[in-house]
Amino acid sequence: MTKAGPILTVVLAIMALWYVACIPMNVQETLTAAERAGAVVTPDNARARAEVGRFSLMLQNTDTLAGSWSVERARLPAPHQIVAELWDSTWTEEVYGRRGIVNSGSLSNKSLIYHGWVTLSATVVGFAIGAGLGVLLAVGIVHSKTMDMSVMPWAIVSQTIPIVALAPMIIVVLYSFGIQGLIPKAVISAYLSFFPVVVGMVKGLRSPDAMQLDLLHTYNAGQGATFWKLRLPSSVPYLFTSLKVGIAASLVGAIVGELPVQRGGLGARMLGGSYYGQTEQIWAALFFAAGMAALLVALIGWIEARTLKRMGVQA
Amino acid sequence: MIYVLFAALIWAMGWGLNTVIANGRAAKTSAAQIGVPLIFGATVLIIWELLVTGLNISAVILPAPTAIATAFGANLTILWADFFQTFVKGAFSGYVIGCGAAFLVAIVVDRYDFLRRGLLPVGNFVAALPIVGTAPILVMWFGFDWQSKAAVVVVMVFFPMLVNTVAGLRDTSTMQRDLMRTYGASYTQTLLKLRIPAAMPFVFNGLKIATSLALIGAIVAEFFGSPVLGMGFRISTSVGQLALDMVWAEIVVAAIAGSLFYGLVAKIEQWVTFWHPSQRKH
Repeated sequence: MTKAGPILTVVLAIMALWYVACIPMNVQETLTAAERAGAVVTPDNARARAEVGRFSLMLQNTDTLAGSWSVERARLPAPHQIVAELWDSTWTEEVYGRRGIVNSGSLSNKSLIYHGWVTLSATVVGFAIGAGLGVLLAVGIVHSKTMDMSVMPWAIVSQTIPIVALAPMIIVVLYSFGIQGLIPKAVISAYLSFFPVVVGMVKGLRSPDAMQLDLLHTYNAGQGATFWKLRLPSSVPYLFTSLKVGIAASLVGAIVGELPVQRGGLGARMLGGSYYGQTEQIWAALFFAAGMAALLVALIGWIEARTLKRMGVQA
Repeated sequence: MIYVLFAALIWAMGWGLNTVIANGRAAKTSAAQIGVPLIFGATVLIIWELLVTGLNISAVILPAPTAIATAFGANLTILWADFFQTFVKGAFSGYVIGCGAAFLVAIVVDRYDFLRRGLLPVGNFVAALPIVGTAPILVMWFGFDWQSKAAVVVVMVFFPMLVNTVAGLRDTSTMQRDLMRTYGASYTQTLLKLRIPAAMPFVFNGLKIATSLALIGAIVAEFFGSPVLGMGFRISTSVGQLALDMVWAEIVVAAIAGSLFYGLVAKIEQWVTFWHPSQRKH
């Protein structure tokens, strides 16, 4: 409880700030909506209001500001509007929507759960490919001096390069081969999670010190035995740290990969929302993505804790 | 077919040369440390060129390195304008604002234990989220020009920087803090003379992480709307026109800008934290 107290306070403070910020952010839209509803607003037309600053508008129209938290297509939707949108686009859409279970007998393909699944499947496939190849390359780098000296500097340099910039090109090029759907996004995800895993894993496989390596040498252990019995077990903590970085990067890759081709997914949902001014839709997709990222990282953290416990590492 | 065979030959030669150098007596010299990756990079480029020519790969799928270099040379003014718009105006101003703000907030957070226990878990949580997703919202708020890109960069770099700086400010031992107390040092004096210098390795770690985040943020934000220049804009429109040589030229610019930016921060780090064990020359 002593740990939750401060966190809760900070979260509540952020919420309060958010609600306050809604008033100046949405003042134009609020006043327009109030005017349409028949309230008296000063100045009395939208063009004149556009000339006046936000804060003087607020002072002149104090009695209509309560609408700030219920405007549609607000510049900054209030938290409860986002929660309502999340609920509408998940539970309500799946169950009662036009394509929901009640009306069509199957799950809706317009809900956030569907879009989230599209993104999640690309993320997981890409992450599995990227992390797998990353581990393999790391093993190669540790065992071959040539590979270490030629590839490793490039792996490190590539971390400073905004690889995401490649995303639209990868999508289009793969599309011209007739490959579309999950694979192009997974390729981007794989690419983004690849290098963090390589760098972390190389560090991990090199973490046994000279004393331990010498001990295995006195046991007359070969390279294979040294790898399985010493290097691999001691690389596990490093591996999981970089896997957490990698899966977050994979999710970003999948979302960015959905921008050029509008075929479902959270990225498509965000871009669609920004085209049509559906701010609640963007925020809901953003929160959904955030929840997914947190869950994925937590899942890897959980596996890490289990694995380390089974290996007998003191946490 | 002859090109493909030639490519295989070049690969064998490059790899063989590197194997000889890496396992030879000169492997520890700095010339070998730089030369081997360069030979590897050059081999990859030559093979790329040979395979594209030899297998008749269309330029709308994978342009040859020479075609990319030609596009790079022919469009220097456009590339420079894009670089200036995205990197200098968007990424760099956002980087400075975001990192500066995070540093100041970190000092406040560190001062009040309650804030530290409350804000740090939240910061850690946010640092792992796909923050690029805020790009459409911020583009809507701040318009299409560089301000919205800078805003995305600020949001992206803020939390990693905050978490690192707070961790750094706590990285002094009880002994060191007690020594400051016996000197009768005030909070400000302890902060300026002991804790901020001690935090510098962590601060620079945050700054280095933020360099690549800044470029990513600025480029991705341009996918959501931008004026008719900028690296992200050029990439997405050139992809639409299937002018892939231009896309690659833009990626080369991004790569050079990203690694130079990182290198610059790393150089400043060496200069500021010369006392730290990781910077000592052996």
